Amino acid sequence: MAEKKIKIIVAKPGLDGHDRGAKLLSRIFAEAGMEVVYTGLRQTPEMIAETALQEDADVVGLSSLSGVHNYFFPMVVKTLKGKGLDDVLIVGGGIIPKEDIPDLKKAGIAEIFGPGTKTDEIVDFIKKNVRS
Amino acid sequence: MFDKNELEKIKQKKEEWEKGTLEKTLSKRGEQRKEFTSISGIPYKRCYTPLEVADLDYNNQLGYPGEYPYTRGVQPTMYRGRYWTMRQYAGFGSAKETNARYRYLLDQGQTGLSVAFHLPTQAGYDSDHPLSMGEVGKVGAAIDSIEDMRVLFDQIPLDKVTTSMTINAPATALLAMYLAVAEEQGVSWDKVGGTIQNDVLKEIICRGQYIYPPKPTMRLTVDLIEFCQKQVPRWNSISISGYHIRESGSTAAQEMAFTIADGIAYAQACVERGMDVDKFAGRLSFFFNCFTNVIEEVAKFRAGRRYWAKVMKERFGAKDPRSMMLRYHVQTGGVTLTAQQPLNNIVRVGLQTFAAALGGCQSLHTNSYDEALCLPTQEAVTVALRTQQIVAEESGATLTIDPLAGCYLIEEMTDKIEAEIDEYIKKIDEIGGTLTAIDQGYIQKEIQNSSYRFQKEIESGDRVYVGINKYTMEEEPPKNLLKVDMALGEIEAEKLKKLRAERDQGAWQKALDHLREVSKTDENVMPAVIEAVKAKATVGEVCDVWRDVFGEYRPKEFI
Amino acid sequence: MTIDYAEEVLKGSPRAVARVITWLENDDERAKACMEKLYPHTGNSYVVGITGAPGAGKSSLTDKLTHHFRSNGLTVGIVAVDPTSPFTGGAILGDRVRMSELTNDPGVFIRSMATRGFLGGLSQATGNVVKVMQASGKDIILIETVGVGQDEVEVMRIADTTCLILVPGLGDVIQSMKAGVMEIADIYAINKSDLPGAHQLCAEVTNRLSQDSYFKKKAWTPPIIQTVATEDIGISELLDSITSHRNHQVETGSLLEKRRERTRQETLQMIHYELFRIIKKHLSENGRMDKMIEAILSNKENPYSLMEQIVSECIRLPGKS
Repeated sequence: MAEKKIKIIVAKPGLDGHDRGAKLLSRIFAEAGMEVVYTGLRQTPEMIAETALQEDADVVGLSSLSGVHNYFFPMVVKTLKGKGLDDVLIVGGGIIPKEDIPDLKKAGIAEIFGPGTKTDEIVDFIKKNVRS
Repeated sequence: MFDKNELEKIKQKKEEWEKGTLEKTLSKRGEQRKEFTSISGIPYKRCYTPLEVADLDYNNQLGYPGEYPYTRGVQPTMYRGRYWTMRQYAGFGSAKETNARYRYLLDQGQTGLSVAFHLPTQAGYDSDHPLSMGEVGKVGAAIDSIEDMRVLFDQIPLDKVTTSMTINAPATALLAMYLAVAEEQGVSWDKVGGTIQNDVLKEIICRGQYIYPPKPTMRLTVDLIEFCQKQVPRWNSISISGYHIRESGSTAAQEMAFTIADGIAYAQACVERGMDVDKFAGRLSFFFNCFTNVIEEVAKFRAGRRYWAKVMKERFGAKDPRSMMLRYHVQTGGVTLTAQQPLNNIVRVGLQTFAAALGGCQSLHTNSYDEALCLPTQEAVTVALRTQQIVAEESGATLTIDPLAGCYLIEEMTDKIEAEIDEYIKKIDEIGGTLTAIDQGYIQKEIQNSSYRFQKEIESGDRVYVGINKYTMEEEPPKNLLKVDMALGEIEAEKLKKLRAERDQGAWQKALDHLREVSKTDENVMPAVIEAVKAKATVGEVCDVWRDVFGEYRPKEFI
Repeated sequence: MTIDYAEEVLKGSPRAVARVITWLENDDERAKACMEKLYPHTGNSYVVGITGAPGAGKSSLTDKLTHHFRSNGLTVGIVAVDPTSPFTGGAILGDRVRMSELTNDPGVFIRSMATRGFLGGLSQATGNVVKVMQASGKDIILIETVGVGQDEVEVMRIADTTCLILVPGLGDVIQSMKAGVMEIADIYAINKSDLPGAHQLCAEVTNRLSQDSYFKKKAWTPPIIQTVATEDIGISELLDSITSHRNHQVETGSLLEKRRERTRQETLQMIHYELFRIIKKHLSENGRMDKMIEAILSNKENPYSLMEQIVSECIRLPGKS
């Protein structure tokens, strides 16, 4: 069997145009040996979930800096589940106040990485927690 | 600048020092690092001397404030005449909430307004559009129609304040609303002053709030510039922005270089429209970032002024001095702020403000220390404004013009940055101009490579960032963060429903039809847009007309 | 509960299509059984290859072509291939960005793939991925190649019609002509034809093609279509020429001939690949491979006779002792 690669969708939900972090992480994930599908900007939860489905993604990474995470992140989880994608690891990052994190985790986001997180830490988390 | 014999003596003495005093210390204890570089990667020498500026041609390279090549500043008296305009970018929630914050800021001594629109408006959607879900009022004010614009400037006389509007692809629609409200206040357009960002190229390069493909979106940009030149003479019809280029990871020199490249593209487009360069160039304004390395930032501003003056004079044949002046707004560096130990940001912003003042900006926004966490609270906004007032009144930076001139380091770095700008501009010319360079992803890739290099430096610890990779500590999560009510989306949607039901349908339809017809021709769209917004067409409706006529831009991603 | 993935693919389930493609990419054993069941249902769609240098606008053209196919009532599968980094093994698959709008169209299925070391502009599994999409009922399959280098000839083996996208100002066309990329094209699209240099490029290609036809008579003369993908200019013409190429191939029987040749190649390749896999597994399992390498390095053995030896151990064919 050929080596299995982690396939990750990096998506920017909503209208936020700040994609420096999303692009930087795409590059870091690829350097860590992953296959990274970058969706570009202005993604609806439906678009993100459908992309994850068609790409058979192992991981979905969401980035938001405009304060819409409380709305969008849970919506993405819900839409993914609605498509039967139960074992996809979902992580998020951006400008997200610590006090919002417990609720986001409860909603099904596996981990939230705030500003200043070391990229190694994110890569390690994904490798440890991705479906086998 | 120095006598030859004098330089020889300095050189001799330097060699003695290196072999003697310096060597003695170095042999006992080395320096902290092998190489010392600025945040942009510019190498620093151990110690600067007159030798570095030996070739400086004072009159031609520096000259005097208010004179070509404007290295030392665009006005003859600079802050001795008047401080920079203190202009805090603000906006959140509804038009009403934002109006209250504006009036507060004006009461606190702020001298100009700066409107932050929420993302739906910036992307040309109404608050009730499906893509606006969750975004209403989040990063700026929700402005859908002339009615919102009227509330936004309630009790603010538009002939007394100047207003800056951060709006790009839909700029024509928002300026139209502003002008219509001024008219309602009885203020004629020639009395209205301010700036509109209207810089669509950097949206495509890095900021993401684009709507239309490059060609038609540039046409709208030039329509606005042309209209203002004729009808709103005090209005800066574009603010060519390096701010976001820097935020997305560029170096200081890249920020200046790519902004000037955009500037060249706009000036070229105006010339191609048949406009006389001296009729519009004086109203091209700029917008830059300012990071914490004071020297590098000051050198960047000086190099930019000198280079732009040459571009306008030599490339575009400008004759009017105003056409050659790089006049700009500065915002302190958003990405330099940390969510960790947020109070440290006050110090960062302080240094950045100092740099902006030493660099000679025309107006300034200082970030609030809590912006890496949330929208700025009133307390944090006040500290940010006070920071400007302290630098202006107490630091001494405003007592003389271009205080750092003649500093060996500053002059050498100014030359270096100017040389790097020149290299980039030549490269972009070689590629076939700014639009082609953007289309091929050249500019985007250069920025991303810098961003990547910086991230690696932080992670390896080669570059220290306080609170991020050194001097870290456990913290309590911050409290009292400002949050926007999620219900605002529904309130705004209700308002829109009412507006659409109650407006004069005939007039509205006629105005939009007329706009569509004009858009298909070469005619300037501005009069038709003003007519449409007066007939209560919304931002989304105006933008939809052009989505039909022009199509939508879909980006290429270069990672 | 076990899911019959082949059955689900035949019903058109995107989830099942996606999963079977993953198996194919990973060389998972489950793929083979599935493909056996799917095979009878393949061959009904028309496969179009889109190749050309990076920056030529392949994704934009693919996107616009898909919109046109859709408005003609046809369903579309898209395979977009990007390169795997030889240093990290990772890949950035960015083609979906330009096709964002298609994501929510149930009549379109897009799959991004990395080359994973396979040369020729595609990934090893591309041929089979096309088959899965065919079996799921897609009418048209578009394959967008990597677009690096000049040896993108693999797509010709899989596609019924191959479109080569050229743009003015992107490198030397003569260079690609030499490298043989020009020969694989059934249709040339000069994209960004509003840029300066487009006319000259068009003239160069025309000239080259007429030279070719002088030396080698061909039944099909590749048309040259001028497009501006971002503004939807020339796309219907491109679509029309794909249709006429198809009709031409059907009428002359060359489509059948192409597919016959393709089946031959594929079958041989599958045998080749399976043998390679079995032998490699066998050799690495008992540690013999490492010993062989050491023996070669220390000059005790040479790879040529070892190869003979292994092959004759593993394969007994009549006529070969």
